[in-house]
Amino acid sequence: MFNFRTSLGQAEFQNPVFTASGCAGSGKELSQFFDLTELGAIVTKSIMLKPRSGRATPRMAETPSGMLNSIGLQGPGIDLFLEKDIPWLREQGATIVVSIAGESVEDYAVLARKMRAVSGISALEVNISCPNVENRGQVFACHPATARAAIEAVRRNIGGELPIIAKLTPDVTNIVEIAEEVVAAGADGLALINTVLGMVIDTNTMRPKLAGKTGGLSGPAIRPVAVRAIYQVHQALPHVKILGMGGVASGRDAFELILAGASAVSVGTATFGNPTAVIKIKEELQEQLISHGFDSLREAVGYAHRRDTNEGEL
Amino acid sequence: MTGINKSATQVWAEIISNKKVGAYHHIVFSVGEIASSAKPGNFVAIAVGGESSSMVLRRAFAIYRTFDRGASGGLLEIVVAPHGAGSTWLTNQNAGFKVDLIAPLGTAFGIPTEPVRALLVGGGYGSAPLFGLSEVLKNRGCRVDMVLGASTAMKIYAPLDGKRSVSSLTVTTEDGTTGITGKVTDVLPGIIAANEIDIIYSCGPMGMLEAINNISAELGIMHQCAIEEAMACGIGVCMTCVLPIKGEDGQVRMLRSCIDGPVVDGESVIWNSKRSIPEGTWGAN
Repeated sequence: MFNFRTSLGQAEFQNPVFTASGCAGSGKELSQFFDLTELGAIVTKSIMLKPRSGRATPRMAETPSGMLNSIGLQGPGIDLFLEKDIPWLREQGATIVVSIAGESVEDYAVLARKMRAVSGISALEVNISCPNVENRGQVFACHPATARAAIEAVRRNIGGELPIIAKLTPDVTNIVEIAEEVVAAGADGLALINTVLGMVIDTNTMRPKLAGKTGGLSGPAIRPVAVRAIYQVHQALPHVKILGMGGVASGRDAFELILAGASAVSVGTATFGNPTAVIKIKEELQEQLISHGFDSLREAVGYAHRRDTNEGEL
Repeated sequence: MTGINKSATQVWAEIISNKKVGAYHHIVFSVGEIASSAKPGNFVAIAVGGESSSMVLRRAFAIYRTFDRGASGGLLEIVVAPHGAGSTWLTNQNAGFKVDLIAPLGTAFGIPTEPVRALLVGGGYGSAPLFGLSEVLKNRGCRVDMVLGASTAMKIYAPLDGKRSVSSLTVTTEDGTTGITGKVTDVLPGIIAANEIDIIYSCGPMGMLEAINNISAELGIMHQCAIEEAMACGIGVCMTCVLPIKGEDGQVRMLRSCIDGPVVDGESVIWNSKRSIPEGTWGAN
């Protein structure tokens, strides 16, 4: 029997294919197309302390094999989210990973305190790398010290057993350095990668197409960046579990991230093109693993790092 | 289950026919039971470019009309303007080709319970969903007048059988190649007064919808419009197609045009809000 189970920190999951934060709405939108219990986990949108309108429109530009977005974390705020969205997801029997995002270290501390008493949550994704903020200096994951401070604030306040997964940006010179900082600060796992900062200029209006000027690039266009980041971090920190994401559109793509070192994979932009993409990818991934001779997902994690002189690898 | 996307179904829909009509393409799909659940105002989301395409997002099209002929024979029709790579790809597909299609999506035009005098206003291929609406209104005993406008004659979409469903049809073009020279809003006040219009239904570019709303607001006439915002997913998960809309509680919120629209009450929309979040919007910082 093939074993598809995986874990991130202390949390166990029946399969390794998750939604990506900000790409599955409240869960209700997708539940028309499949049963949410089919997912390894639903990762919620990154929730902030207060209701948030998000950025002005246009917020989206399609790009070759990808898209640019500048949503700006539109959402109801943590209180309404815990009152409405979470109970509904629990009723569906979904495995839930809550994603949180703050504007200050104190925000992360308060969000963690609000989460500590919430039942039915498997893990907490701490988004310290959203590119759609007014000031790039506010992207915590761009600097080792701010990345550490945000994760420490969550660690101090969360208590109990809830695993913390720190979500990092690839828009840094040395992602391994940031990964080491957040792990030292108490992160149990890492989510790699957030979108890559980009821009599209409309050649008719001759101005940036997005109202927010810059946006986060996602989709298959960034997959090699994700594979590289996961590979580098897994090599440096082989015992830290990675939730991989970035342009996964097929089981083959998910397999690629797992070979690089991901223990689970999130599907984001592919859901926009196909609401049932996550289910298709889960089925295809299992076929990929079995056809390559693996008896379990765990055996394949980081398999691209193996030393095998017969194959002439570096 | 939850009310969101509650009738939406994803199918491989075969193209039954694809014909060029003026500047547009009229495409008919075999969609089975979807035809029975679609209402005027709803839209479809179609994957474009084929399996290995670099276009990762669906394209949204208003439903022109449907024919409910049971599970095997249901038909759904759209009118496509080939102005981008995705819509051009779709207009190049022939009968027999199958596309990945999701429908019906979004809100539908509200149908009055009493017979009223309705004016339907369409810009360019925005006329398409109005013909199905006209049939429904006529079956409810409503009088239906129609105004269609475009930049030029080639961009007026008004099929013969569609014209038959309305009591009067007025056409405007900006270059005067057919009908009255000018914009739809030039003729609206006269037609509204002459026919004692109770409600306006509109579909077309946002600028036109806003101009119509200025007239309807001034005259105190109800106005339902099908809005247009760039969408990535069409099913409510991407949060890109939002616009500021005032709720019944008076609070302005950034709502999704795919879930809370495309058909909305014109008076609830905070118009001309591209590139800014209106002051007082829920969660504005």
